[in-house]
Amino acid sequence: MDDAQWLSLLASTFRVSAPLVFCALAGLLSERAGVIDLGLEGKMLLSAFAAGAAGALAGSLTAALGAALLVGFALSMLHGFACVTHRGDQVVLGIALTMTAAGLSVVLAVAWFGQGGQTPPLPNTLRFLPVWFGQNSLVYLALGLVPVIWFFLFRTTIGLRLRATGENPAMVEAAGLSVPLLRYGALAINGLLCGLAGSYLVLAQGANFSPHMTAGRGYMALAAMIFGKWHPVGALGACLLFGFLDAAAIRLQGVSIALPGLGDSMGVVEIPVQAIQALPYVMTVLLLAGFVGHARAPAALGIPR
Amino acid sequence: MNPAVPAVQLRSIFKRFGAVHANRDITLSVTAGSIHGLVGENGAGKSTLMAILYGLVQADRGTIVIHGKTVAINNSRTAIALGIGMVHQHFLLIDSMSALDNVLLGAEPHWRLTRSRAVVLEQLKVLIQQTGLEVDLTRLVGELTVGARQRLEILKALLRGARILILDEPTAVLTPSEAEQLFVTLRQLRARGTTVLVITHKLKEVMTLCDAVTVLRAGQVVFDGPIAQCSLDQLAQAMVGRRVQLERPDVLKATPKGPVSLAVRDLSWRDPQGTQRVSGVNFDLHAGEIVGIAGVAGNGQSELLALLSGMFRPQTGRLDIEGTVWNSSRWLDPTTARRLGMAHVPEDRHRFGVVLPLPLWESALLGYQRSRRFATAWGWVRRQASRAAAQVMLERYDVRPAQLDLQTSTLSGGNQQKLILAREAMAPEQLPKIILIGQPTRGVDIGAIELIYGRLRAMRDGGAAVLLVSSELDEILALADRVLVMNQGVIVGELMNEAVSEAALGRLMAGVSSLTHAGVQAVP
Amino acid sequence: MSRPLELPRWIEWGLLPLVNLALALGVCSAVLAVVGLPPQQVFTMLFKGAFGSAAGWSYTLFYATTFVFTGLAVAVAFHGGSFNVGGEGQAMIGGLGCALVALSVGEHLGQQLPTDLAAIVVLPMMIVAAMLGGAVWAAVPAVLLAWRGSHLVITTIMFNFIASSLMAGLLVGPLKAPGSMMVETVAFPISARMPGMHEILQGFGLDWPRTPLNLTLLLAMAAAIAVGFYLTRSRWGYELRTVGFSSDAARYAGIQPGRQQVISLLIAGALAGLVGINELAGAQHRLMLDFVLGAGFAGIAVSLIGRNHPLGIVLASILFGGLYQGGAELAFDLPGFSRDMVTTLQGLIVLFSGAMAMVSAPLLVWILNRVGGRNG
Repeated sequence: MDDAQWLSLLASTFRVSAPLVFCALAGLLSERAGVIDLGLEGKMLLSAFAAGAAGALAGSLTAALGAALLVGFALSMLHGFACVTHRGDQVVLGIALTMTAAGLSVVLAVAWFGQGGQTPPLPNTLRFLPVWFGQNSLVYLALGLVPVIWFFLFRTTIGLRLRATGENPAMVEAAGLSVPLLRYGALAINGLLCGLAGSYLVLAQGANFSPHMTAGRGYMALAAMIFGKWHPVGALGACLLFGFLDAAAIRLQGVSIALPGLGDSMGVVEIPVQAIQALPYVMTVLLLAGFVGHARAPAALGIPR
Repeated sequence: MNPAVPAVQLRSIFKRFGAVHANRDITLSVTAGSIHGLVGENGAGKSTLMAILYGLVQADRGTIVIHGKTVAINNSRTAIALGIGMVHQHFLLIDSMSALDNVLLGAEPHWRLTRSRAVVLEQLKVLIQQTGLEVDLTRLVGELTVGARQRLEILKALLRGARILILDEPTAVLTPSEAEQLFVTLRQLRARGTTVLVITHKLKEVMTLCDAVTVLRAGQVVFDGPIAQCSLDQLAQAMVGRRVQLERPDVLKATPKGPVSLAVRDLSWRDPQGTQRVSGVNFDLHAGEIVGIAGVAGNGQSELLALLSGMFRPQTGRLDIEGTVWNSSRWLDPTTARRLGMAHVPEDRHRFGVVLPLPLWESALLGYQRSRRFATAWGWVRRQASRAAAQVMLERYDVRPAQLDLQTSTLSGGNQQKLILAREAMAPEQLPKIILIGQPTRGVDIGAIELIYGRLRAMRDGGAAVLLVSSELDEILALADRVLVMNQGVIVGELMNEAVSEAALGRLMAGVSSLTHAGVQAVP
Repeated sequence: MSRPLELPRWIEWGLLPLVNLALALGVCSAVLAVVGLPPQQVFTMLFKGAFGSAAGWSYTLFYATTFVFTGLAVAVAFHGGSFNVGGEGQAMIGGLGCALVALSVGEHLGQQLPTDLAAIVVLPMMIVAAMLGGAVWAAVPAVLLAWRGSHLVITTIMFNFIASSLMAGLLVGPLKAPGSMMVETVAFPISARMPGMHEILQGFGLDWPRTPLNLTLLLAMAAAIAVGFYLTRSRWGYELRTVGFSSDAARYAGIQPGRQQVISLLIAGALAGLVGINELAGAQHRLMLDFVLGAGFAGIAVSLIGRNHPLGIVLASILFGGLYQGGAELAFDLPGFSRDMVTTLQGLIVLFSGAMAMVSAPLLVWILNRVGGRNG
């Protein structure tokens, strides 16, 4: 591959990673506060639909973005209601949110727009266009949020309290602080970030919503968060890695490598694109099994306190 | 601060939890700038009293006066604001964060963490210098020793302006040398005017450390005064003594003991946190006797039962049972234990003894589900046989209501206990040869207690060896032929028959005396 | 996974599922109203499409068969205290297993022996292969849970995606039917096909419309009965349930929680694998990419509303099968209606029965107490 191809690959990496970064940061905040978030996929999907629908109906970028943020926020508040206030099972809720969002987005899309569940393509005036080095402003927002979230978590007292909530809620309570309040706060930001992820898909990467368009990105973001060991910078690194693999997968199609003993008579094997697509998930499993270093989740994660 | 005004005055404090009177008309006074001991067995009411003082629980009746002001303490924030700090037995710390961060959580002076850390660090350095509470604040809590963690908890309380410091069983997790260090620290705190309240059951410590002591028993104050005015014996008597009905049969002769059923040698166990819970325990259990293990709860008795039943593995030790030998490299498991004729009635019946959501007849199988009696070789449960056997168990042990399909959770504590005893006695194919039983009548009504005692004696007369762990002295005195006393993981004494008296036991349990001082006379 | 509340039997088994279902339907009605479709009409047409004709019934039962397998897969794991979200992947690999047997042994024997005889040998082999495939796919997350403490839900979700990639890779490459543009294998030989219900009923002289409903229905019923017996009548089922209710009591009784959980997950995987028999051997007669189509997640909903009980699961599967079938018919007849309405309903059922169980159950008990108090 020559320089131009490398640059193109790099650019694609950032473009593909941006929604992952938003989601991974969202999941990170929630889980650091002790609440498992398996609903990232669903929140992103329904926010994407909201952006596409609002953009088409209201004809304004602000409306589209606002709708996405609102939907993400609302879903996270539902998450909090079920899991924080009522101590519901966090895992089941995440699955429920994703299933419902997947269905609801298509139902509304079909009912309001026909076209097999797609929203009308938005004109460029209602989208985030490339502004600098071929990347749109949302990509820079995603990158910029990483140090902001890092600072918030590790350099502010609220961040300290939030992290403590995910490690030992009993201690936080004994210190006179409110665990539910801190968790709802984390979920609120989580919702907004998922909204940003959803809007990215519809307002920057593509131009409209189509059914199931998140295609598992929410789970990949979850994997990236775990791979990044629940740290903003680690999560960014993992998202970029996964994004790189995704971008590279297409380009590697048809490319062969030499693996003596396998493949044809020359020992040359064509790399199946699916193997590369599966890599992020395989890597996450290896990490969870403890084979690729140690991933330590927040100590009180998932315990409905 | 006027030293004449008591730091804490409690007047006529009453607290009930359902039918249990945790605190009854408690009145005591703590002199400012002194170290005051609060002593009592488990269930005596000391934890409840301190919870009231710290705002975790509200008293039903009574007044609290702090430094001369009558106050209402509704939550821990109020308590902290009044200058009351508490160091719990189980530390509330986050292992993965630094000691400094643990201290400043909730009391951060500034929204920016670096600035907060700097400010608090300075404050802590001053405190450390004044009190001698050395802690490396930059280390992660997980890396600190237990003693250091405790010092950190004390620093946390002092930083928030505690002038009254409550310590709950502070030496429970410390080594003797760490405990010494703690005493030095507490004396230094006293020197700068802090009032220290120590909850403990270790009388020796009270005598060395405290200026005054209050003894609680069954929710009431039985002794309250300066240390100078009392002796160790007095405290021991006060703590454990009571009018005991010795329900022993008149025949007090030495019951001829049968052969050794269970021999324990050099048994030791350390918990995952590294605290030694059982140390070099040696004893023999003979057929046809009831051996009681007395001691204040938390001195290794529970762990001993868990080890003998096969639920824990020891680091060192040897067990001879029914002709088989087990040591730390090959220890028995619960199924093998049962196969060797050992039955186990666990201390915590809710967690271990039954499966609450299951129906009675299925709880009656627990532990014996693989025996040929209840399941075929193919793994099929013999439903008819099991239900019939369960029915007999319920009837023989008077479990009410005797309905096989009722959820186990609907049974009262006493009935659940009867069910467990019935199962352990009747489910095995042959009568059990060894019975391990812990806290048999905790939360059990009088009628059930009578039945349970009767059955245990019957089993003993039938040749079984019974190991009874109980923190109820009445129970030990009523049932045991021989009493071993455990203190801090070690068997500190053995008393038989005539030598078994409340005073002697009390002294052993409180860690006051060891075998040589108890005046044991071997029964000829 | 958190345990459900302990409620009086008749509430837990009878009233609560109905209440949760009603809540989910209620929200669905609201959604329908918002998009301008009259809920009443929709539900009536749905019902008719599902249960109003022999063909409708057949399709309903065909879908139900798949859901019974995935529902049981969730339930068995749940009784041991673990949450099996990997039904999708386990079903895929089960299908792969059965397809591999069909295309190798089935092809071979089909040429050597008369069809009927070959089928008697091949079909059971395919069933075993499907179960093995599903079990193997569940084995890795299960062992990782027991051995390394890896979070089961995350690993099984990851394995769903890995399975998807694996299938895609195989179907685009080595397993692809030569000369075809479709991403699927060649058709299974006749001997490797489950007889359709219409064929069987025709043998009895009954005229039945031709639908995908096939003999696997009986296999599903048998599986449900077997699981029921396993859970309530066998020693292993007792041990598994004990682990699920209290791992402390389990250890007291000499049961090893880790081992029991692994076993339950293997069984769960095997059950999910049987989806392949229904969809591939019974209907499609070839291996293709998207034959599972969310059945794994539907299984979660089925198991939750069926209270993890085999009978409840069978009933819930018929309900869901009916929703799918009715939904398909509606999607044709009613403009603006999408089959994803059913997916939404599924999600809402999981929401109310699973995640919000702590909300609806106590509320229900409170209401009942108030009502009872007034009458009593």
